Amino acid sequence: MSRSSRSSRAAIGFLAPFGVLFALFFVAPIGYAVYQSLFTVERSGPLGLGGAHTVFAGLSNYSRALADAQFTASLGRVLLFGVVQVPVMIIGATLLALLLESASARGIRFFRTAFFLPYGVPGVVASILWGFLYVPGISPIVSLAHGAGWQVDFLSSGTVLWSIANIATWQFTGYNMLVLIAQLKSVPGDLYEAATIDGANAWQVVWHIKLPMLRPALVLTTVFTIIGTLQLFSEPLVLKPLTGNINGSYTPNLNAYTEAFQNNNYNLAAAEAVLLALVACVLSFGFLKIVGRREKP
Amino acid sequence: MTAVVDRPATVQSGQTRRHAGTPAVRYRILVTALLAVAAVYFLVPVYWLVVSMTKSSSGLFGSFGFWFADPHPIDNLRAVLTYDHGTYLRWFANSVLYALVGGVVATLLAAAAGYGLAKFSFRGREAVFNVVLAGVLIPGTALALPLYLMFAKVGMSNTYWSVLLPSMVSPFGVYLCRIYATAAVPDGLLEAARIDGASELGIFRRIVLRIMSPALVTVFLFQFVAIWNNFFLPLVMLSDSKLYPITLGLTSWFGYTDRQPVLYQYTVGGAFLSVLPLMVLMVVLQRYWRTGLTEGSVKA
Repeated sequence: MSRSSRSSRAAIGFLAPFGVLFALFFVAPIGYAVYQSLFTVERSGPLGLGGAHTVFAGLSNYSRALADAQFTASLGRVLLFGVVQVPVMIIGATLLALLLESASARGIRFFRTAFFLPYGVPGVVASILWGFLYVPGISPIVSLAHGAGWQVDFLSSGTVLWSIANIATWQFTGYNMLVLIAQLKSVPGDLYEAATIDGANAWQVVWHIKLPMLRPALVLTTVFTIIGTLQLFSEPLVLKPLTGNINGSYTPNLNAYTEAFQNNNYNLAAAEAVLLALVACVLSFGFLKIVGRREKP
Repeated sequence: MTAVVDRPATVQSGQTRRHAGTPAVRYRILVTALLAVAAVYFLVPVYWLVVSMTKSSSGLFGSFGFWFADPHPIDNLRAVLTYDHGTYLRWFANSVLYALVGGVVATLLAAAAGYGLAKFSFRGREAVFNVVLAGVLIPGTALALPLYLMFAKVGMSNTYWSVLLPSMVSPFGVYLCRIYATAAVPDGLLEAARIDGASELGIFRRIVLRIMSPALVTVFLFQFVAIWNNFFLPLVMLSDSKLYPITLGLTSWFGYTDRQPVLYQYTVGGAFLSVLPLMVLMVVLQRYWRTGLTEGSVKA
């Protein structure tokens, strides 16, 4: 009896410091955002000069956000972005991991470090860097292309989304590759050996052994990438001054930021933040559900 | 080769290919070529940055970007560091402060919580762990806005604390630490220490932290990089440029370039300086990125 009470007191002691901060800075903000999203500021008098007071608004901030064509367009934009960029990056990371772990690879340390380096470049700095490489006048890529008679414009309305996708891919492919390599290394080497002895060729080893082994790591990296995609913010914010094709509501996050700090409509911004968290939950849990179902035959 | 002879029945079409020497060489050339193409893609922006930090603003526009023109690396870096009363150094120190303090505290809290969840059974343990896991899936930027409103309410927005405190929480760290502690900390050792009369805190400090150190390095690195690279939270919280981390400071320079063209040069030089420490960290500590990652992904 005294043992178990000592044990549970110790457990509380170890969990409490993290628990308190988690409650304050993770749970409470969500609760506060939900609370804020249910109110609205009403201004009275002519031109709203008679003073402002907060009134309960029910779900009207949510219906306003969802009826706002700019906000729904921004959601659609990041979804389109994700449908293309997430597979491209995960497949790219898988390819690089398999190549580096194949028996034919040379200079592994150099290549692995080179691929991983961009992860150490902060998102805004990566955006500034690529911004310079996109802008005509500074960009050597644009001037090389023009020299070859190819009129590229990385910042046109049709291309700018994919220019942003390139920044995200550049930054995170190497990181995802490293997670996948770690998973590959956890596979006992005799397994490959046995398969090769049994006459499996390189493709069969990849297809029947390595890829199924990579599955958990692939699920993990995909979920984190989906969450990261929905949060897209610093890239469009940094590129915004360089092109007229990015506005203040280009992504859901940018939209919420503009709503809060330029239009001072914190309540609507809170509703948008809650909607974004909901979409993130639905997509990541949905993805986990789908792969979880396929796991059981 | 002997193995092939031992099992002739199972060897099929792969046999002929294994004996040929030339395809292996061709294969090696193909793999290396693919890796080299990828390396060019990942290194070109870094190379451009190194070349460009030696140029002046007019050089940035007036010369070919992939080659040097009138290089002045030392003068340029000195100009970056002294511009506006050395504000860049201040931003740098702020970034170090946020990332170091936030990273260390987050790692220790995650270690304690992960150990508590791994080695003590109590009612609702799995429920607690699931709440923490849900925390991993919440987009950090969805939290930043309500966090700002909360900090503003108590008059603490635009302070060091407003960036530091939220950075001290790492649900992903708790997740990694729990999985690592479950696998690596032997129950027998804990029992023996208890019988010897050691206190729970003493056991944690003297035994558990030491055993968990590979996982702790990983958690610290993740959190350090996450805080160093963070932009949205400081952007929302801070209005005083004296409190800015590098990411925010550089963006503010970049935003003023149309009015002050010299800031092009400073932005490039500042970007160069800002990626140096993390790149050194990544190269030197690369092996630690491996440890713990696997433990984290196995159960996902």
